[in-house]
Amino acid sequence: MERPLTGNMKADGEPLSLAEYERAGGYQAARKALTMSPKDIQQAVTNANLRGRGGAGFNTGMKWSFVPLDGDPEQTRYLVVNADEMEPGTFKDRVLLEGNPHQLLEGMLISALAIQAGTAYIFLRSEYKRAEKRITTAIQEAYQKGFLGKNIFKSSRSLELHLHVSAGRYMCGEETGLLNALEGKRAQPRSKPPFPQVSGLWGRPTVVNNVETLCNVPHIIANGPEWFKGLSRTADGGTKIYGASGRVKRPGAWELPMGTTIREILEEHAGGMKDGYRFRALLPGGASTEFLGQEHFDVKMDFDSVMKAGSRMGTGTLVVLDDRTCPIGALHNLTRFFARESCGWCTPCREGLPWAAKILAAIENGQGEAGDIDQLAMLGSSLWLGKTYCALAPGAMEPLRSGLKLFREEFERHIKERRCSYKEF
Amino acid sequence: MLSDQEKTEIETEIRRYERRSAACVDALKVVQRHRGWVSDEALADVAEILGMTTHELDSVATFYNLIYRRPVGKQVILVCDTISCWVVGQQQVFDHLKMRLGADWGQTTADGRFTLLPVPCLGVCEQAPAVMIGNEVYGDLTPEKLDRILERLK
Repeated sequence: MERPLTGNMKADGEPLSLAEYERAGGYQAARKALTMSPKDIQQAVTNANLRGRGGAGFNTGMKWSFVPLDGDPEQTRYLVVNADEMEPGTFKDRVLLEGNPHQLLEGMLISALAIQAGTAYIFLRSEYKRAEKRITTAIQEAYQKGFLGKNIFKSSRSLELHLHVSAGRYMCGEETGLLNALEGKRAQPRSKPPFPQVSGLWGRPTVVNNVETLCNVPHIIANGPEWFKGLSRTADGGTKIYGASGRVKRPGAWELPMGTTIREILEEHAGGMKDGYRFRALLPGGASTEFLGQEHFDVKMDFDSVMKAGSRMGTGTLVVLDDRTCPIGALHNLTRFFARESCGWCTPCREGLPWAAKILAAIENGQGEAGDIDQLAMLGSSLWLGKTYCALAPGAMEPLRSGLKLFREEFERHIKERRCSYKEF
Repeated sequence: MLSDQEKTEIETEIRRYERRSAACVDALKVVQRHRGWVSDEALADVAEILGMTTHELDSVATFYNLIYRRPVGKQVILVCDTISCWVVGQQQVFDHLKMRLGADWGQTTADGRFTLLPVPCLGVCEQAPAVMIGNEVYGDLTPEKLDRILERLK
């Protein structure tokens, strides 16, 4: 089984230096990309069916193709890497940032060529201190070697690359919120259209891509789209960094073929449930995805299959809920997170999320009332897609809406008995 | 008044962006690195350097979880209270932490050593439950392990 993203990483957890990365074949794809036209790079990535690993799953090459390349060749265009990995339960980009920072830099170089961007930013979450240090070193190494800056690889092309370290706020992970944050404003979302590809950072054409997405790009350019598609078990190209947390025997992250089943991830790689605990449900890809149950164990973890099963693959990192943990408590914890992290820009999100969290807290604490379930269901539809400015509140409603169905009896029992029976464990 | 050192560091940050105001988070962090937190006076000084109004800058400063607009202890203990840490049963560990330090969430210990701050997911879910102190992440916490960490930091 090929593991292009993590196969070269060192066992001791130290990052690959530039020299080590080059010995493993690194920066050859960037040299190759310099001989290709932007449209050819875009086409290769489109054909590879690389879908955005931040969670939305949009075809990456197609996303790039919306950047206007005609007109003024000197026009400023930006590439921005979303390394603000703050989706609860998600730690896959951290693995890539810490283990092989040059892989990301090379992916950025090639992607910048594909959209003719002269400046690139890495938007990193503040808590990833180890990654910050390693990226800073890698950027310095690349500049010293002439792989970044003016006339990269002695060509006529240039790329200035900067690291921006944020200060902790989930909202910055939203594409347009991130751009506002990078401009030094509150990370409130912008209305779309115009899309960032046309009017992004400082009103210039901008592409925002996830870390894992960009790390795949050098491998596609080096080995071709057909090879990339061959890595996968489904129509989505490549491998995927999956993960698992919660009460499983071996929580962790693993690079596996795209389309690996939930069962394989959970049972073979995470080692199944810890002794004394039984599986209840899982969030397939971070906090803002719908719960799935045991009947979904044979679902392939790719964008379309998980969607068909009634959830989203999201970031592909499973959060497992066991039978001895209160599902209402879990929903309360999730909803409280979203309520705190709401930017407050639009009313449904600002008002609705604390309301939902308050009702859940009441039910969890044995003070729930008969109408509470209906009230939560009402919030579930009034904070849904199309009714809020961005996807934060609908994302928050995904676990809640599915939880209302999946844990219906638990809700009713908490309200009827006016207590939480899990608290006695 | 900002020190010359702070001003120099802020100017260095500004060079990485196309507009001065874009460096505001970095500038606030410079002040916080030197003083532990960002006072109203320091905020006004930074705003002037960046060409922003104090209100503009404060709207950004208060947006972030990790820009402190109130004094904090020597070390801030960032405690993940989000789903992956919650689901493995962090209550016992964090009750122990609060009791040992004699401080509740958001409070600073009487000796001014530690501030306890609950934060969203730290991105180390495979090591849940976890906290972050300074630049270090401490995972797979138990009450005993937490005791050893706090001893070492004293």
